[in-house]
Amino acid sequence: MRSPGSEVAFIEESAGPGPGRFLDRLRRAFGVAVWVVLAALPPAAHAVLTIEIIGTGGNQFPVAIAPFRSEANLPQPLTPVIAADLARSGVFRIVDAGGLNPPPHEPQDVNYATWRARGADALVIGSVSLLPDGRYDIRFRLMDVAKQAQLAGYAYTASSAQLRHAAHRIADAIYEKLTGDKGVFSTRITYVVKRGSRFELQVADADGHGAQTVLASKEPIISPSWSPDGTRLAYVSFEQRKPVVYVQSLVTGGRRAVANHWGSNSAPAWAPDGKRLAVVLTKDGGSQIYLIDADGGGVTRLTQTSAIDTEPNFSPDGQLLLFTSDRGGTPQIYGMSVSGSDVRRLTFEGSYNVSPRFSPDGKSFTFIQRNGDRFNVAVQDLTTRQVQVLTDGAVDESPSFAPNGRMILYATEVRGRGILSAVSSDGRVKQRLTADTGDVREPAWGPLPK
Amino acid sequence: MKRLMAGMTVLAVLAGCGTTATKEQDGAAVEDRKPGAVVEQPPVKPAPGPSAKPFVDRPVAGDPLKDPGNILSRRSVYFDYDSNLIKDEFKPLVTAHARYLQQNGSKKIRIQGYADDRGSREYNLALGQRRADSVRQMMQLLGARAGQIETVSFGEEKPKCAERAESCWSQNRRGDIVYQGE
Repeated sequence: MRSPGSEVAFIEESAGPGPGRFLDRLRRAFGVAVWVVLAALPPAAHAVLTIEIIGTGGNQFPVAIAPFRSEANLPQPLTPVIAADLARSGVFRIVDAGGLNPPPHEPQDVNYATWRARGADALVIGSVSLLPDGRYDIRFRLMDVAKQAQLAGYAYTASSAQLRHAAHRIADAIYEKLTGDKGVFSTRITYVVKRGSRFELQVADADGHGAQTVLASKEPIISPSWSPDGTRLAYVSFEQRKPVVYVQSLVTGGRRAVANHWGSNSAPAWAPDGKRLAVVLTKDGGSQIYLIDADGGGVTRLTQTSAIDTEPNFSPDGQLLLFTSDRGGTPQIYGMSVSGSDVRRLTFEGSYNVSPRFSPDGKSFTFIQRNGDRFNVAVQDLTTRQVQVLTDGAVDESPSFAPNGRMILYATEVRGRGILSAVSSDGRVKQRLTADTGDVREPAWGPLPK
Repeated sequence: MKRLMAGMTVLAVLAGCGTTATKEQDGAAVEDRKPGAVVEQPPVKPAPGPSAKPFVDRPVAGDPLKDPGNILSRRSVYFDYDSNLIKDEFKPLVTAHARYLQQNGSKKIRIQGYADDRGSREYNLALGQRRADSVRQMMQLLGARAGQIETVSFGEEKPKCAERAESCWSQNRRGDIVYQGE
């Protein structure tokens, strides 16, 4: 589904554009469309999660980000957010852009020799101006220092509450232009915080800012799962003193129990079309996988065993399901068609492989593997069956891919406290997201904004 | 302008998310919070967990379920690691409840399964379910009807004991019997 008004605002110029042409295009484009940056949620008074980088990639791309014209007057300056996003990815090294007075804001102001001398391969410049309606017009360009040419130019309109989001969109644009992969800085994550006897299902920006509580309960909440369009969450709540699957709209806040059958109801996973969910029900005896409509109707049983079959997850094309089963004696990961046929075992190393999640390209999956008494995040290639263990925590849980496939978000424990961490899918970059209070668990990385 | 309006509408509804959530049931331990409200809500009272219910000291006339001298007041069946086998020491307890259900056809119970906290939460939920089912199967063999017993699982959620030690884990591998209305 496309969300209304979520058009990405951008103008690209292929090579050697003059500034006049750029502005002309801007004006022309403004004439036919208004570009709106979607701020996913209003900013919160404080950040609940802070991110610490504990490992970086090998070859980092050096990029300089010059302060934007007039951004110092903004309630939220943009370039520090952009720089933090790019640095956090581990893919970029931020080159010092200080000491130039004034810093360049337009292509004709750029002295490329200066930036070459500082070791920057790319330079970000831009400006902010206040519009009559109180919003801001934000324009930035990404310059290739070696070729002395513009790689991209984008314009955004944002209210003061949307400035962080606009900065994330700019970081996404830079990331995509320079790496060829989609940026995920403007995506959101969900997770559960436990404070004392209170459980909160929260949604936050991917950098941990702007955390919002979607549901608070004194009974546990587990297994949140994003609808493919990012507008709904399915989760398991124990508020009825048994596990029941709910779907809650992030737009209206309205929610309904979509699986509340005799016995336990759990492990919701969205089909890529957003119309159906795979869930685990015990109504017919044992934990078995069923398909249901997103409103709870049309219950169809997919597995028919006396074993545990749980943790279903759809392939990106909706044709396959991964799941965990102990039908072979130990919990292992299996795959099957969406009709329940063609079941095959996929993991063979070790006696405990659980919590499978497809990569966005459908070529691999991440899961939790027990090694001795440690539980770690691993990735297995579906074709070669090669397994790579990515983490070394004691109790790593609940891995999920970023929508560009580059990072995996998971839950772990540091000194007895639950925290979230992320690791790049090659294992080289590691981040730790620390909450100010409480135990954080059950993360899931949301989809790309539409 | 249309697009702008549409965009602003989305912003508005996103900003309002969570405000119109429906209450699923009276007294459900859930609050739907308005995002952005960082005001701490008053602390919630801990749920009167079924297994945490204090036993009444004196015999309660006419209710063997609450008579501490009666085996029916015992409600927990403990399991070994990765096992759903009912150990001999718990068979009298399970048998007594099965006979009670058989003799009191209108009584209904829920058996709540639990697991220790190692590994996947969903897999542990399934392990807890298997333990609860194991108790149910024995009760049905002894004469309780299927419709009298609902088995559910809490998995590793709501552990009785929260330390990382076998002495603690063993307390979390159990099935609790809860009578309807308790």
